[in-house]
Amino acid sequence: MTAELTHLTAAEIAAAVASGETSAVEVTQAHLNRIVDIDPEVHAFLHVAGLDALAAAEEVDRKRAAGEPLGPLAGVPLALKDVLTTKDMPTTCGSKILQGWRPPYDATVTQRLRDAGVIILGKTNMDEFAMGSSTENSAYGPSHNPWDLSRVPGGSSGGSSAAVASYEAPLGIGTDTGGSIRQPAAVCGIVGMKPTYGGSSRYGLVAFASSLDTPGPLTRTVLDAALLHEAISGHDWRDSTSVNAPVPPVVAAARQADVSGLRIGVVAEFSGEGYQSGVMARFNETVELLESLGAKVVEVSCPHFTYALPVYYLVSPSECSSNLARFDAMRYGLRLGDDGTASADEVMSITREAGFGPEVKRRIMLGTYALSSGYYDAYYGKAQQVRTLICRDFDAAFEQVDVLISPTTPTTAFPIGERVDDPMAMYLADLCTIPSDLAGNAALSVPAGLAPEDGLPVGLQIMAPALADDRCYRVGAAVEAALEQRWGGPLLAQAKGLSR
Amino acid sequence: MSVTELVGFDEALSRYEPVIGLETHVELGTITKMFCGCLIEFGAEPNTAVCPVCLGLPGSLPVANRAAIEYTIKIGLALNCTIATWCRFARKNYFYPDMPKNFQISQYDEPLCVDGYLDVVVEGQSFRIGIERVHLEEDTGKSLHVGGATGRIHGADYSLVDYNRAGIPLVEVVTKPIPGTGALAPVVARAYVTELRDLLRSLGVSDVRMEEGSLRCDVNTSLAPVGASEWGTRTETKNVNSLRSIERAVRFEISRQAAVLDAGSRVIQETRHFHEDNGATTPGRSKEEAQDYRYFPEPDLVPIAPPADWVEELRASLPEFPAARRARLQADWGFSDQEMTWLANAGAIDLVEQTIAAGASPADARKWWLGELAMHANKAGVELSELTITPAEVARVAELVKAGTLNDKLARQLLEAVLAGEGSPDDIVAARGLAIVSDEGALTQAVDAAIAANPDIAAKIRDGKLAAAGALVGEVMKATRGRADAGRARELILQRLT
Repeated sequence: MTAELTHLTAAEIAAAVASGETSAVEVTQAHLNRIVDIDPEVHAFLHVAGLDALAAAEEVDRKRAAGEPLGPLAGVPLALKDVLTTKDMPTTCGSKILQGWRPPYDATVTQRLRDAGVIILGKTNMDEFAMGSSTENSAYGPSHNPWDLSRVPGGSSGGSSAAVASYEAPLGIGTDTGGSIRQPAAVCGIVGMKPTYGGSSRYGLVAFASSLDTPGPLTRTVLDAALLHEAISGHDWRDSTSVNAPVPPVVAAARQADVSGLRIGVVAEFSGEGYQSGVMARFNETVELLESLGAKVVEVSCPHFTYALPVYYLVSPSECSSNLARFDAMRYGLRLGDDGTASADEVMSITREAGFGPEVKRRIMLGTYALSSGYYDAYYGKAQQVRTLICRDFDAAFEQVDVLISPTTPTTAFPIGERVDDPMAMYLADLCTIPSDLAGNAALSVPAGLAPEDGLPVGLQIMAPALADDRCYRVGAAVEAALEQRWGGPLLAQAKGLSR
Repeated sequence: MSVTELVGFDEALSRYEPVIGLETHVELGTITKMFCGCLIEFGAEPNTAVCPVCLGLPGSLPVANRAAIEYTIKIGLALNCTIATWCRFARKNYFYPDMPKNFQISQYDEPLCVDGYLDVVVEGQSFRIGIERVHLEEDTGKSLHVGGATGRIHGADYSLVDYNRAGIPLVEVVTKPIPGTGALAPVVARAYVTELRDLLRSLGVSDVRMEEGSLRCDVNTSLAPVGASEWGTRTETKNVNSLRSIERAVRFEISRQAAVLDAGSRVIQETRHFHEDNGATTPGRSKEEAQDYRYFPEPDLVPIAPPADWVEELRASLPEFPAARRARLQADWGFSDQEMTWLANAGAIDLVEQTIAAGASPADARKWWLGELAMHANKAGVELSELTITPAEVARVAELVKAGTLNDKLARQLLEAVLAGEGSPDDIVAARGLAIVSDEGALTQAVDAAIAANPDIAAKIRDGKLAAAGALVGEVMKATRGRADAGRARELILQRLT
């Protein structure tokens, strides 16, 4: 039973717990066992909170026994990205500078998960402060792709995507700033959703780029993603940028799974040089599939999307240079060089020098430069103007079509170490995902099959206007159903990276 | 530059024209902080009025305090400003341990209120002080530098930081440059801050206590040769924290800068520190090595767009401003300009108004508050309003004098006793037996005794030297411990001896 429990979907587990067929404790123990077995190979987790998880599971079982109402995900285990604060666990953001920090408060997402009876198994690995596309920028070593342990699981939410893809947890929470949910989902062969900006609260999400950061689900099925999306979403007064509007009907859309009559646009700019042939092959097949399912597919041009990457690498480092200033050794986290003679300035410098990794420092430098007096207009200011043009491209496109589609990322998972010394190559992994972040729109990645040349997963990205998250689920669920029929089961069943 | 090299103030003004400017920081009296729900408490234990937001803990986010925005708009309206229909907060980035996030949420190129003015009257001359902007920001924590001589960070052994103040809403009121004040520059600077303080107090948006730091002032001063077409280089004297110091700081900078210019040097654009002990300023950080604050719009907050009807509602709710109120009260009370100015300077207008309301005449109310009571306040080093006597008690004392129960001397004793906490005026009069002895029997006895005891003085009076009667009146007053009606005593003495 134990091995089977880890391979159920979240919806199935919740149903089994609710019916009494199994208990939340049994489910939790099965996943903790799975983590003990395989996490030494995958390294998805930075911290596993076994006892707390079992205690939370006991509480769900007690409620059920007492006949108290249970939420639709009660008793389902989850892997939480280590960028969201948890008062009973450390929160490191994959950085040495926060080693051992225990926040005195829960993020809103954390709190809502607890309220929903979701069992938080622990905190997952990530690129330091969510800056990267491979988890190789983690101060605690990279996570491994369950399809091929020598490859990256994507990033920055690579710990959560690896945990979900290796059946350590049916649910994962990631955060997306430039593609950090969708790209790891794509290269791990799972589902990843970036909700509309402000649709899920940033309170307690340690900021990388405030105007972009969005928490969202990583799961093995589209329905599970919708259920988790709904559990964490909704207005939060603690986050001024939180949207004060009803959560889009994502679960209903995932169940609807129907694209007939929908107008779907293929983004013309996201193809050509730099796109792996197997990625394009699977993507083109999906386009045909959608047409066969009754959607009307047209090509749409979004000319400013080609500037999205440079815009992103001005806006996000600018915000990060300011957001990360607070890590100064004065109040929490790492403190080095405080020998009784050093000044506060010296202690700050020594600590930041040793506590931040090279990618974080690179972005702080970029952002500091872009905001400097005399350069602001040419860099940060100009980038914000182009960001507006990208938003207008989306607006124009969504007048013609209901959703836009593209490959999620130009290539499949790359080998660990291949891009660490080539930041530009690393940045290209987010080429297709960044526009939705800049515009604050919703976007989903679902498995589209394996690239023939390397047998690794390819992701299909479905982009919808802000607050139309349900459209992503509607299309994603239809694609998932049709493809699983073709494959004879979930894509993950074909993963060979793990011995078990 | 030492104090001895200064140019005399009058001499400096004979050759140079000063231009001043003031930046005033006002801590708002909201119940909670600017971006979190922490209560604002003066004097709380260090680091107790804090939460993840005002400590800038990772992941925390600010939420703007609506009351603080409302107060700021009120201030802007009271200063005749235009209220922005849309504006944003901005981050001001710099590293300092008392700033939890190492950036301050402030406003940069989009302040909430712009382009207003405040009129002040100095020596009968009215000056319209232009207001450049009024913006809203958060206060920083407070550093305490331990060890070292100056209390500044330089030379300290270590520093302690109290974050209770971090996140308290702070309004910055910035004037436009103020030219044309000449020798009145120091007084105009003081009068502006006084008027601003009274205005803020009337709005009820701050307790505006300079000594507690809820009103803090930076004073800009520059000099240019008389008739020059361009203004000189300015210095910014930071944290000048009393009205008197503002005046002194401007005076000092005028004298110092005149000396620099006389020597053919140039004034360095820098911040300077003011020293209360000797009234001098010394150089702080030079603007030439100034920080680049890398301002950018605060992405964690949404823009502020006050609806026009809300602004109009606030405008309609504004109280009578101090200047208008002073004019109205002056007319009601029949005081001269000079008398009114004294009252205002002593902070006694409210007290006098309440004393009159309790039954005293305007002249009596003014006499007691600016006389005996001002002397006590001065001696104790407190504001008049902090004295432990109520306007109603002062009115009662005035009434007792008017009714002839007390003379001025007894009234002064009575006020002293009230201040000493002995009880209400009537209780004290009863307990101490404080009342003029006008009872003819007792008074006649005292007069006769005085005549009998001083035969030579009595003889002088009999000889027509009536002025000598004063000595006998003094004896009578001594014998009755001041309670005698001196006029009646004199009458009785003269009756008997002439």
